[in-house]
Amino acid sequence: MKIKQTAGRQHHAGPLTYVLLGLAALVSLFPLYWNLVAASHTGERVVEAPAPLLPGPHLFDNLTFAWNQVDMGEALVNTTVVAGLVALSTVLFSTLAGFAFAKLPFRGRNVLLALVVATMTIPPQLSVIPLYRIITDLGWVDQLQSVVLPSLVAAFGVFFMRQYLLEALPVELVEAARVDGAHSLRIIWHVVFPVARPAMAVLGMLVFVQSWNDFFWPFIALTPDGNPTLQVALAGLGSGNHTINQAIVLTGALISTLPLLLVFALLGKHIVGGITSGAVKS
Amino acid sequence: MATSARATTDGASPPDPPAPPSPLPPPTRGPGGPKGSGSRKGSGGRAPGSSGTWRSRLYRWDLKATPYAFVAPFFLCFAAFGLFPLIYTGWLSLHRVELGGEAQWRGFDNYTGLWDSSFFWNALANTFTIGVISTVPQLLMALGLAHLLNYRLRGRGFLRVAVLAPYATSIAAATLVFAQLFNSDYGLINSVLGWVGFDPVDWESSKWPAQIAISVIVIWRWTGYNALIYLAAMQAVPQDLYEAASLDGASRWRQFISVTIPSIRPTILFTVVVSTIGATQLFGEPMLYGGSLGVSGGSGNQFQTLSLLMYEKGWITGALGQASAIAWVMLLLLLLIGGVRLLVARLNRETT
Repeated sequence: MKIKQTAGRQHHAGPLTYVLLGLAALVSLFPLYWNLVAASHTGERVVEAPAPLLPGPHLFDNLTFAWNQVDMGEALVNTTVVAGLVALSTVLFSTLAGFAFAKLPFRGRNVLLALVVATMTIPPQLSVIPLYRIITDLGWVDQLQSVVLPSLVAAFGVFFMRQYLLEALPVELVEAARVDGAHSLRIIWHVVFPVARPAMAVLGMLVFVQSWNDFFWPFIALTPDGNPTLQVALAGLGSGNHTINQAIVLTGALISTLPLLLVFALLGKHIVGGITSGAVKS
Repeated sequence: MATSARATTDGASPPDPPAPPSPLPPPTRGPGGPKGSGSRKGSGGRAPGSSGTWRSRLYRWDLKATPYAFVAPFFLCFAAFGLFPLIYTGWLSLHRVELGGEAQWRGFDNYTGLWDSSFFWNALANTFTIGVISTVPQLLMALGLAHLLNYRLRGRGFLRVAVLAPYATSIAAATLVFAQLFNSDYGLINSVLGWVGFDPVDWESSKWPAQIAISVIVIWRWTGYNALIYLAAMQAVPQDLYEAASLDGASRWRQFISVTIPSIRPTILFTVVVSTIGATQLFGEPMLYGGSLGVSGGSGNQFQTLSLLMYEKGWITGALGQASAIAWVMLLLLLLIGGVRLLVARLNRETT
């Protein structure tokens, strides 16, 4: 990525820079650390002043309780299924549409592309009421498809893949394949996918994170006691519907955060690159 | 974006399926992109002569129809889950509807009802103030952070991932943690304030402290993300601009103000728009921060946003028509923001 190159300013950082950056890292990470701390104490201890600052001995008990009594395990599976399906389909459809917008001439291309970009500003609030009526009629409340279907493809993904393929895929490659008699599906499989693969991976990760953390619509379409995703289950814990102590609530938060933090620790660099590349141009 | 001159025929490309998804090549311009996976073309070849017209007709049809087939999934999905509900919401906003009930025509009653409702104005004002408190410091701090990250650093990989970690945390998880940290009786933040010598603050039922606490959650989650966006933009600023500036004797600060900021102005505008859209829709943070009182935005509605009011009207009161009217007001607000954005972009172009 651009970030890796040594472009930009080459001044070495002074001690003050390190102090400030260290502070920023501390502020960024402390709430996550404290989440772990709170999840390792009893419920009584968490709500006692002064709040605990070091891990306690109850992490395992809390995890077991959250897993068995609150069904965080089921929520974890649901969330993985939803985020996985949404990421796969968004990447697939965005790559197809991004390729068409970047490299295939067709009538109305510019208008349609402008439309794609324009749809990004429409908030989900504008669609939840009709969608809720529809899923109620279909009996889909608490069914995962009601969360997956509206997210099968995203304008952001289409735009992201278009920007990437515009640069990364030489037209000659597509034309040469055509001259050789390759039909469009063959071109997609043998030319576009190989070139687009790095961007598809980044987009997949971004969409997965987004879908994993999605709150508004899942909160309406699913219920905490029915068939929730992690975020919906957490909302149930947080709104005090259950007589559950704060340590368990925060253990739930930990369970929902930990998988993504692991992904970030392993693939953080790629995610950083994906975020920066998607947004700079606009 | 013009396709920059790049070495596409950069030898040594493997003859077989392109290299594994190795460390990412730049999606935007820059050397080192995926090279020459092109040797793969047309493994099928074509059978010359045989059934030529049928084939060429199929071929032409393929050329014409394929682009539409490729963009169709997006537009079908948008039509079903975006456009149709949008219009349906507009229709509902002109009716009196209850959950599962029939709709009765009401004209603009729902809108005039909002105009007369103090809850609506309260929610609109809260959305605005929380929006300002959460967006302005966030973007300013992100600019500063990006500037610092732009130095040559040891451990910059770690620092970048560290400031992005909040972005990986969900609204729900982050809010539940911060609700504990901000708790008025036992929260860590009041303890720290106490050690420094301040009186404890009531972060839940006092209006401004509660709005600040909610804004802190938003700021915490998004500052690093925006900083990385700014950082990428800063690194694309041509080096000679800085050299020219330092030849003119401009200090580092001066360079930041008169070279960096103007150069990344489009990116700043982009983040302002995205954050403003996000602030207009704010829902999860106030909802969960308020615990059992979340939907009404606290005991005195002191942090009820438009989205929360819409949810309360639609799902607690069961007045879907009123809720739809609120949704449409939000759309109008966003269109207004979009209009301002276009205006600013145009002014930008004229002044530079």
